[in-house]
Amino acid sequence: MNTSPRPHERLLMDGQEMSRTLTRISHEILERNKGIEGLALVGIRTGGVFLAQRLAARIQQIEKRDVPLGELDITLYRDDLSIRKDQPEIRKTTIPFHISNLKIVLVDDVLFTGRTIRAALDGLMDLGRPAEIQLAVLVDRGHRQLPIRANYVGKSIPTAREENVQVFFEELGQDDRVSILTP
Amino acid sequence: MGLERKDLLTIAALTAEQIQLILTTAESLKEVGGRDIKKVPALRGKTVVNLFFEPSTRTRTSFELAAKRLSADVINFSPSTSSMVKGETLVDTARNIEAMQADIIVLRHPSPGAAENLARSVKSSVINAGDGWHEHPTQALLDVFTIKEKKGRISGLMVVIVGDIAHSRVARSNILALTKLGAEVRVVAPPTMIPIGLEHFGVTVFYNLDEALIGADVIIMLRLQRERLGQALLPSLREYAKLFCLTPERLKLAKQDAIVMHPGPLNRGVEISPSVADSKVAVILDQVTNGVSVRMALMYLLSGSGERSTLNE
Repeated sequence: MNTSPRPHERLLMDGQEMSRTLTRISHEILERNKGIEGLALVGIRTGGVFLAQRLAARIQQIEKRDVPLGELDITLYRDDLSIRKDQPEIRKTTIPFHISNLKIVLVDDVLFTGRTIRAALDGLMDLGRPAEIQLAVLVDRGHRQLPIRANYVGKSIPTAREENVQVFFEELGQDDRVSILTP
Repeated sequence: MGLERKDLLTIAALTAEQIQLILTTAESLKEVGGRDIKKVPALRGKTVVNLFFEPSTRTRTSFELAAKRLSADVINFSPSTSSMVKGETLVDTARNIEAMQADIIVLRHPSPGAAENLARSVKSSVINAGDGWHEHPTQALLDVFTIKEKKGRISGLMVVIVGDIAHSRVARSNILALTKLGAEVRVVAPPTMIPIGLEHFGVTVFYNLDEALIGADVIIMLRLQRERLGQALLPSLREYAKLFCLTPERLKLAKQDAIVMHPGPLNRGVEISPSVADSKVAVILDQVTNGVSVRMALMYLLSGSGERSTLNE
């Protein structure tokens, strides 16, 4: 696999750092929640799902128990559906457990304006009444438009508004990494 | 990715890819129907008008429920209580509805082509909920969705459509959808109910039900439209039932895992025996459930069409 970034791509986190970061976040989740009792992970499609799966695998290694894992598609809850020119594709929400009274760790790859998380919170609330919702993100790039803050942050990265932070995943046939892409 | 169409008028106008997009979207939206709170905000602030010029509880309710599950406002409009009785034309009625900022108009009308005529006259998206003997595209879409759900595929399946093919908009739309998706379609009916030249649509015509059923994966029974036909095409209902009613004995001719479908309402004992209609192979109620998901998908996909400002996030 090609590990070198493309010419217009500035590397922020390589595969090893991503892996170490996820291990740290797993420990932080377990420490904050004192184990996995009543805990569940929900990844936001698409990148958040891969990260939630990896966090679940690490938690399983540490605790020797599986943590419930769900996948959330936020398309139907977007606040720009009626004004977008390009209509987003709806994908499946698969949460194979009742979320009521659980502590849900919502997982996403990049925290930016906060609008995706707002949509995810609305989506989750329609599925039940969790005891608590926590937020884990791999990258916080700032520029928030809503009062939303993550409980677990892999890396805070100052960015310009017009820059594009992208997370690449092995699951999609890419080398694991986080990069800033400039047009 | 949207449907890139203002209206859904016929299956004939859809490509196989567009049909697949509707099916995939419906598959994702089906999950909403299984929730405690069966509602998402995707069409919040949009208005859907059901304009039904023929009696239809099932289809109208399905469209209404689909729109409501997407949080749209729904108005049900029937001609008997409208200015249509004072001589207003369909287009004038629709223009008035459009002036009330309707985003989607769902039209059922006894005249073939009514939906297309309406779509040309209004900016709102128009969904054809059945126009005379012409097409019933949403029924075909929910049928192919149900087949795909039960069989895992459409391509390569043997589908037998039984009944009044000549006067059935369901049959016409289903033949178009199934052949576009690669199914092998057989139609079977008395000769008076088979239109001339049907073979050009890529189907095989049978006049004997037993022969047609051999090796079938899917059997779609059509309702005998007694209210439309009178006795013109049939010597008697009893004879029709004797020759074309799907009985447990006849069902054995199809594949062991065959499924039986029916657009409803059923004429029990005429086109389908009660024991088949109530058996596990009948997926008639699944069709009803899936109808809501498919109509949600269409409304979502059509709502992405037309002039829209670009998002400035």
